[in-house]
Amino acid sequence: MALVNQETGLTQQEAVAKARRREPGLPVASLVLGALSLTGMMISIWMIFLYAPTDAIEGQPQRIFYFHVPIAWIAMLAFVVVALAGIGYLWKKDERWDWAARAAAELGAVFATLTLITGSIWGRTTWGTWWTWDARLTTTLILWFIYIGYLMLRSYMGRTHASARAGAVLAIIGVIDIPIIYESVNWWRTLHPQAEVGTPGALPPSVVLTLMVSLTTFTLFYSFLMIQLYQLQRMQAVAQRLRASME
Amino acid sequence: MIFLKQVLTILWKDIRCELRSKQTWTGMGLFALLVLVIFNFAFDLRVDNKAAIAPGVLWVAFVFASLLGLGRTIAAEREKGSLDRLLLCPVDRKAIYLAKLLGNLLFIGVVEIVALPIFAALFDVPLFGALLPIVLFGTVGIAAVGTLFSAMAAATQARELLLPVLVFPLIVPVVISAVRATGTLMVPAANEPPWLGLMAAFDIIFLSASMLTFEYVIEE
Repeated sequence: MALVNQETGLTQQEAVAKARRREPGLPVASLVLGALSLTGMMISIWMIFLYAPTDAIEGQPQRIFYFHVPIAWIAMLAFVVVALAGIGYLWKKDERWDWAARAAAELGAVFATLTLITGSIWGRTTWGTWWTWDARLTTTLILWFIYIGYLMLRSYMGRTHASARAGAVLAIIGVIDIPIIYESVNWWRTLHPQAEVGTPGALPPSVVLTLMVSLTTFTLFYSFLMIQLYQLQRMQAVAQRLRASME
Repeated sequence: MIFLKQVLTILWKDIRCELRSKQTWTGMGLFALLVLVIFNFAFDLRVDNKAAIAPGVLWVAFVFASLLGLGRTIAAEREKGSLDRLLLCPVDRKAIYLAKLLGNLLFIGVVEIVALPIFAALFDVPLFGALLPIVLFGTVGIAAVGTLFSAMAAATQARELLLPVLVFPLIVPVVISAVRATGTLMVPAANEPPWLGLMAAFDIIFLSASMLTFEYVIEE
């Protein structure tokens, strides 16, 4: 069994042993984050439905805002994480960066989908339309396409170094491109409500507080899921190597 | 200087290949014309809606035809097995990228030069000299991203499928500004952003980003 992987230069036994040694002490972090996001989610739901005031104009449907904004934030954050992990991979050539990139991309795709769904529902109740070609909506849709393209590329190319490099390049180009897309659609046309958080007096403090709690909770939840998916990626890599060593 | 010579050598190789087979040129050109004809049926152009639809039709035809040609650039090398030899040459990867990009620009440019008068005739729109820089900048933007991703897609089984899926979302800014610039040329409008300048800026960003990352995509 002295088959040497031409890309890593490791024999397969070494590679498997190496991946196993990397068994990190993450269960504690995962447990803490899980507990935090669970309690946070309880508090957020209570705040969103009972504590936050009902919007005078939009009424009850406005409460979807407290889910929509954090989910959209995670969808964007995850793409930045994919790009950063991609840069890390190109720089260090360590596959752990690639596991993080894949994990973030999978989560990002889910959150981008949720952003589009919750946004559509909110748009239906306030603007009376499911969809409009506004800068933020369009950019989110394009982001969703890039996520799907990324996942397609990765699944076509398999778990190789070439695939990891290609994914990193796609993420880097994408992260440069997304602000450009946003601006160009903005010049083209726009209708989205401008961000009112931060301007003093625009929103009652209870609304801002609820939003902040919800944002924090979703970020914690995202970190929790990241750890799970990262572990899953690691185990898939180990499993693939074990399978290869059997052949 | 040596860099420029390397670029030109690879470019000349591609041009000679293409001149022998003429496959890409005829395929792309026919495809662009077919798109124009199909759109004519799909949209039922009349005098009152022509200015609104014609720029979009033109750019959809260009984008689709470009992707057809872009898909061939690296894939053809890979099929013939010449990619490995190209990579073995003591050449900077940036030179390979630039040569491939220039080759693509040339191929797409020829197709566009043929398609433009036909577009003008079929859709009965006047041709402006000012259209040339718009077409040039738009094509550079599409080709810069497309050349990078054609190398990526060529490494997979499903390259015809993957290339548009990867490239279309990323070239949205270029397409928007190209269509709007063409539209303002046909019907002058007030308060339009300087689309041509924006396109130039997009081109520079895409070109530098693609050139810097190309080596990671092409390496085996």
